[in-house]
Parts: sequence; C-alpha cells; structure tokens
Amino acid sequence: MIVPTEWALMLSAVLFAIGVIGVLVRRNVIVIFMAIELMLNAVNLSFVALARARGAVDGQVVVFFVMTVAAAEAAVGLAIIIASFRNRTTVNADELALLRG
Amino acid sequence: MGAALFLLVAALTVVAALGVILHPNPVKSALFLVVTLFLLAAVFVLLEAHMIAALQIIVYAGAIMVLFLFVIMLLNLRNDDPERGRRRYVLRGLAWIGGVALAIELALLVRGASVGSAGSAPAGYGGAAAVARSLYTDFLLPFELTSILLLAAVVGAVVLAQKQRRPTLS
Repeated sequence: MIVPTEWALMLSAVLFAIGVIGVLVRRNVIVIFMAIELMLNAVNLSFVALARARGAVDGQVVVFFVMTVAAAEAAVGLAIIIASFRNRTTVNADELALLRG
Repeated sequence: MGAALFLLVAALTVVAALGVILHPNPVKSALFLVVTLFLLAAVFVLLEAHMIAALQIIVYAGAIMVLFLFVIMLLNLRNDDPERGRRRYVLRGLAWIGGVALAIELALLVRGASVGSAGSAPAGYGGAAAVARSLYTDFLLPFELTSILLLAAVVGAVVLAQKQRRPTLS
C-alpha cells in the first residue's frame, strides 16, 4: 500500500490553493477562519507525506504541534470573533474595517 | 490498490474542500470542513500515519469543529448575501485566477523536486509508540512549551469572550 509522495504533495498543493481562494473570496470572518484551517491541514499533509518518504516520524511530531497550535488559535480567534460581534453585530470582514486608518 | 484508493479519497477531499469555500451557509461550510478533515485522516492512514490520523479525528473533527459550529450557532448566522456590483465580481475573478495560478505553480514545483520514492516503512512506523518516543525525547522542550501555550490560550479565550464590564472604545 505505497502511495507516491508526489501525489500526496499535489493534493496538498490543491488544498492549500483552495484555502487561499476561500480567504480571498469569502467575506464571512468565520468562513475565512475555516479556510485558514484548510490551509493548515494542507501543510500537515505535506509534513506527513515527506515524513513517509524519509521513513522518519519527525514530520509527524511536527504535525502534532501544528494541531495543538491550531486548537489554541481556534479558541482565541473564535473568542475574538464573539467579542467583535458583540460590539459591532457583524461578522462581515468588509465592515470590520476599524484598523484601516 | 493503495494508489487507486488514494486517488478516490483525494478527489473526494478536493470536492469537500470546494464545498467549504463555495457553500453560502456557514453551518454547511463547517460540515463540509468536517468531511474534509475525515477524508484527510483517511489519507494519513494511507500514508501510514495512524497516530496522526486518530488525532486528526479526535482533535480536529471532534474538538475544533464543534467549537466552530458552536460559535456559528451562538451568533445565529444566516446565509452570506452575495454582494453584487462589478468591482466585487472583478475582485472575485482575480482571486480565483490567482488561486488557480498558485495551485499550478505549486504542482509544477512538486513535479520538479526530487522527493525520492517511499520504500516500505519500518515496523511500527507511525504508531503511538514511535511518535511518542520521538515526542518525549527529541521534542521534549517544545512539548512542554506547548502546554504553556495552551494554558495562555485558555485564559485568553475566557477573558476575550466574557461580557465587558467596563465601557470600551468604539
């Protein structure tokens, strides 16, 4: 059951690009956040595929750390979204332009 | 056999990922993301990362996505109303062109790189024992720092999400 490393990296590239497009075309902050999670997962897939190609588990340990940081990031990010929704009653990224200057 | 299965799972993953960014309803976007994460766990199993696949389902599809759905339902979000207007369409078209260009560029990079072919994995590769041995020896310091990060995130999330007791700017 050997999957060619190139194929896994291709899938990772496509998923990452889909995440980038999601961040650019959607205006809902929560959906933008989900697209960011998609990009994190695409990179995780690269780590796992390359760890498999090298026959070492180091890459999988890095994926473990990425998951922990993603969990922390999701908790804090969603708390920020709730706080900003409470003040502005919107989750539209175009309307949350207070820092535009 | 493994390769054919990979192609099937990869195609489904791309479809589910497109569902995440194309569906106007945020709840359904989140459910598409759950499907994507499950399918990625299947890809991890095909790449013999069994421990990571289990963590993917427990931590990502379980904990993080529940948090997302909880917040979406707490805020009672409706469908995104698609903005009209020529400027908006032009920007969206440019975003798609840029994203597809990025995908093609990354794919060409992968094609040009020599990543070597995966041989057969050593016994126990990707299991809990192998990952844990590396985690608790080579990566012990980052592992301990992660616990501090998680503590800070928990405290920060509680402080940020609680009701303001003082009047704020804005």
